[in-house]
Amino acid sequence: MANPRPEQKLEPWKDPAATPYIRIEKVTKKFGDFVAVDDVSLSIYRGEIFCLLGASGCGKTTLLRMLAGFEEPTAGKMWIDGADMQGIPPYKRPVNMMFQSYALFPHMTVEQNVAFGLKQDKLPRAEIKDRVNAILELVKMTQFAGRKPHQLSGGQRQRVALARSLVKQPKLMLLDEPLGALDKKLREHTQFELVNIQEKLGVTFVVVTHDQEEAMTLASRIGVMNHGKIVQVGTPSDIYEFPISRFVADFVGSVNMFEGTLIEDEPDYVRVASKELGGNFYVNHGVSAPPDATVWVALRPEKIVIAREPPASDDEDNRVRGVVKEIAYLGDVSVYLVQLASGRMVRVTRPNMRRQAAAFDRITWDEEVWLSWDPSSPVVVTQ
Amino acid sequence: MIGRRSFLVTTLMAFGFAFLYIPILSMIVFSFNESRLVTVWAGFSTKWYVELFQNEQIINAAKLSLRIAAINATGAVILGTLAGFALSRFRRFKGRTLMTGMTTAPLVMPEVITGLSMLLLFVAMEHMFGWPAGRGVTTITIAHITFSMAYVTVVIQSRLSTLDESLEEAAMDLGARPWKVFAVITLPIIFPAILAGWLLAFTLSWDDLVITSFVSGPGSSTLPLVIFSKVRLGVSPDINALATLMVAVVAIGIVSAGLYMQRQERRRERDVQAALAANQ
Repeated sequence: MANPRPEQKLEPWKDPAATPYIRIEKVTKKFGDFVAVDDVSLSIYRGEIFCLLGASGCGKTTLLRMLAGFEEPTAGKMWIDGADMQGIPPYKRPVNMMFQSYALFPHMTVEQNVAFGLKQDKLPRAEIKDRVNAILELVKMTQFAGRKPHQLSGGQRQRVALARSLVKQPKLMLLDEPLGALDKKLREHTQFELVNIQEKLGVTFVVVTHDQEEAMTLASRIGVMNHGKIVQVGTPSDIYEFPISRFVADFVGSVNMFEGTLIEDEPDYVRVASKELGGNFYVNHGVSAPPDATVWVALRPEKIVIAREPPASDDEDNRVRGVVKEIAYLGDVSVYLVQLASGRMVRVTRPNMRRQAAAFDRITWDEEVWLSWDPSSPVVVTQ
Repeated sequence: MIGRRSFLVTTLMAFGFAFLYIPILSMIVFSFNESRLVTVWAGFSTKWYVELFQNEQIINAAKLSLRIAAINATGAVILGTLAGFALSRFRRFKGRTLMTGMTTAPLVMPEVITGLSMLLLFVAMEHMFGWPAGRGVTTITIAHITFSMAYVTVVIQSRLSTLDESLEEAAMDLGARPWKVFAVITLPIIFPAILAGWLLAFTLSWDDLVITSFVSGPGSSTLPLVIFSKVRLGVSPDINALATLMVAVVAIGIVSAGLYMQRQERRRERDVQAALAANQ
């Protein structure tokens, strides 16, 4: 496989000499007959924000709870900072967790909530006070120190929960759907805040989420999970641009998936014939699959060019004609559903770069259009 | 139409209240009766109250009942909380279903059977170990704890099942050991339920007659036993006075608890509104 990947700064997971901060080896967790986590192996490095991404019930929360010590693996081992975690109870792990429900103690004030963890460590009172004040300052909650959790809004509770976990200065923090309970605006704001705090304190974050956008914004790397297994691990752009399976391509972002047959397979390009498309894909990366194998071509909607005229090049591949059936105007982009001769619908998004005045001659319903794309755009997956 | 419906509602309500409270009301009225005859009104007087406080038998019985009720409530709350905790927190253990059934069985068991079996047990135990020696305060207290614990267990268990388990996990995650978590997180949060369980156990013991009559011995007559034995010889107005006092105590307790809870709820709602407004 010779993927033309963009240049990146050196990352620990690419350095074979780097020792992982968390090592998960062949971990399986069963609840009765139900396999929640299935033979997962994973390495997470110091200072990372690692997102476990998957639909609900895929085992991501169970994996997180095993790191926190609330569940014991049925099989397999976990190491945090070189120490075997088997049989170590939650209160002895160098880990703090932020819960999806925030789990703020309702009978304590904000200040008491934040101080709780430090009191368990039997720190001197003056130090507790200083550290609590400092962390409340960091999350901008100083003025609410005397309030009870039910007197706070969702965003404020989230910040208190974050402060309560961070105040113990853990080396590893686990976050279970940290932004799930917030509305969209607040969420976007908080995502960046979280990343800032993480960079400032140098904590390793493991985040569980079902929201791909959240994972994309936060993560240094994403582990996509399905049915208890990790199906792909990579940087957000790796996952989005080079999904290794139909599931990943489909789960992260939206995608047009075409079934086809491999007709030419060279190290630097492949050609896939697709009945659904009514033509061939020419893709400028190789795949490892037997000839004539059935493969799938994933093509992101934003990578398709929609135009009235055929593309300028004479190339017969990577182009197809169709009729516009639906248009959805979303403000920043418009989504076109284009029907091909085979009857297959293709989703195309196009940024609305110019203001759509009435006089602007835009592609409209039932118009015949050409769809084309660059040979670097489609991704061929074999499973 | 609406007028007629509200008239219907008012009538039904009046009927319902009358059904519930006229007997009590008549008892209260007759406790202030001058006459010794319970059903003949002969003028207002508080002499039965005076007589009541001079009746040493009744005063002693009331003291004994209070003592037993308090010990019973405390014991039942401790055992009931532990049982409720085990049932709601340890989802899978051997004999869980059996334990659930057994703890709640006393709720539906006829009191006569509970009382009889308790008596048989105490007699057998006395033969085998020499303890408890005879029937008395100890046996009454044990018997009361046994059946009121079931009620407390149900109250605590239902409160715990609505308690967010992640609160306990969060405390553990922050470094608190399981016992500490129970003491500083779980216990304070479920305290209202524990208080409710205590009051419930207290009243159950305070007015229990059937089970007590099986396991009591000489010199251990609780208030219900005394009242019952007196009433068998005919209702006397001082019993009316006693009952009125009991109703008064219970009413004051219920009303003040209700007012307190209402105030808490209002304050809570106000706080939530304020938090939402501040968030805008």
